[in-house]
Amino acid sequence: MPSIGRDDVARLADLARIQLTDEEVDRLAGEFDAIIDAVASVSEVATADVPATSHPIPMTNVFREDVVGQTLTQEQALSGAPEAEDGRFAVPQILGEE
Amino acid sequence: MNDTIRRSAAAQAAALAAGEITSEDLTCAHLDRIRAVDTDLNAFLHVSEEEALTTARDVDARRSAGEELHPLAGVPIAVKDVAVTEGIPTTAGSKMLEGWLPPYDATLVATLRSAGLPILGKTNMDEFAMGSSTESSAFGPTRNPWDRERIPGGSGGGSSAAVASYEAPLAIGSDTGGSIRQPGAVTGTVGVKPTYGSVSRYGLIALASSLDQAGPVARTVEDAALLHELIAGHDPLDSTSLPDPVGAYAEAAHRKDVRGMRIGVISELEGEGFDPEVRARFTESLAQLEQAGAEIVPISCPNFRYALGAYYLIMPSEASSNLAKFDGMRFGLRVVPEDSPTAESVMKATRGAGFGQEAKRRILLGTYALSAGYYDAYYGSAQKVRTLVQGDFSAAFDQVDVLASPTSPTVAFRLGEKIDDPLAMYLNDIATIPANLAGVPGISVPSGLAEDGLPAGIQFLAPTRADERLYRIGGALEALLEDAWGGPLLAKAPELVSGAN
Repeated sequence: MPSIGRDDVARLADLARIQLTDEEVDRLAGEFDAIIDAVASVSEVATADVPATSHPIPMTNVFREDVVGQTLTQEQALSGAPEAEDGRFAVPQILGEE
Repeated sequence: MNDTIRRSAAAQAAALAAGEITSEDLTCAHLDRIRAVDTDLNAFLHVSEEEALTTARDVDARRSAGEELHPLAGVPIAVKDVAVTEGIPTTAGSKMLEGWLPPYDATLVATLRSAGLPILGKTNMDEFAMGSSTESSAFGPTRNPWDRERIPGGSGGGSSAAVASYEAPLAIGSDTGGSIRQPGAVTGTVGVKPTYGSVSRYGLIALASSLDQAGPVARTVEDAALLHELIAGHDPLDSTSLPDPVGAYAEAAHRKDVRGMRIGVISELEGEGFDPEVRARFTESLAQLEQAGAEIVPISCPNFRYALGAYYLIMPSEASSNLAKFDGMRFGLRVVPEDSPTAESVMKATRGAGFGQEAKRRILLGTYALSAGYYDAYYGSAQKVRTLVQGDFSAAFDQVDVLASPTSPTVAFRLGEKIDDPLAMYLNDIATIPANLAGVPGISVPSGLAEDGLPAGIQFLAPTRADERLYRIGGALEALLEDAWGGPLLAKAPELVSGAN
């Protein structure tokens, strides 16, 4: 099993869009191998003939009628926004990033 | 009134119905109790005094007018801070949501409101329900009313501590890997994880959507049954909600008859790793049930030994996806770094500042388990183990009516004892996790005092949709043990001193 080092933790944090301090990267890198070792035992019994289960109780697709219902008002939807403008969520620059 | 708050929710409801007390007085008495002991316990993140009293007065007026009310109308309740409450702050124990006022109610909260249960406030929890001790809450740990240097269990330690310390007769919990049952065990209270889909998940801040299930936290089996009956039922807003009619749980709790019931003792969940006195109380509980006419059968569930590994792959994977919504854009915390911030740098700074250590650990673990090259080995294998665990349950339930194990391997441990050792912390859930993987219901009932004179719990598991069996056996065992003890286990808890610190 590949060992998980600082670079791997930094890459995962980048994928998950979480800024970590150097201390956090160090600590997580120190813990990850042990956690992965402990959970990797699943592969011992997960043979090709065993089907996967994603949901505990089998259910078929659930549909509803396509009718207009009660939803949040614009004001309610924006009530928790860090920043709003002209009835819309205001976000930082999203274009022009590298 | 000091005595009234110590009575069961059912007894409080009866006193309200008989006109012996008003909901306003009852609610005030619980708010007084919270003021007296919660500075120390920290079971509540927010107390909604005005809302609770408004509901209480409204129920009193409707009762005086002769209106027909729900049996629990006027009985106060505490709600785990994982459920969104319109107009009442909701944080899920995270700085990410500090100060957030949800614009809508979770379905179960709307149900509580329409039945007239005054909501006393929101209870403390591990951040985003990630933990077994309530220590990962961004707002400080909750303390166990039995010993304030110990954990009250987690993630729902606030709900269990509130109920155990008579701050609330009832509470709502949520159970992804044991977060209702384990806190129940270590605080001497009752907790039920219903069948997956029994109670709507709409408006619960999701940890792992295929595992999460809300349920009742109470001091007696009957109270848990009454609350379960209220909050269960089909919800069109939750596509995983079961369309089944709600069972007669309270009636099952009243039966107090286990003659002919077959109880399977899970051999993988009673030996190594379980403390001796916890095991002794478990064995004694089984002996009581056997004497009352139940049959005890040893059962092997060989794939349970892989359940913990599967859980700690599936849960972080789902969590890493569910927690992607906390990005600083539409609600909650936003941290803007200096020098020409972009959406991506704001997301990173916000998530770096808003999430605590356990949330970061699990999001990264889930990101790893789902990443290209590792998906089949980890997430894919874990999903297969889930099938095997379901197979073990199904084979076991061909032979027995319910399964039994100790709820938690130990009594409440000391605050700080396991916080720096994630693997030791994860082992607390060893007996509770299989139920979540398979969607089956489980109950934890006090089994007595174990190591250091602290409470232990016994867990029963039933097939999916057979939640009644849990109330039947739980109610029967509770009655047998209380006869033997001369009263409820909580009567042995030390008196909390007002304002102690």
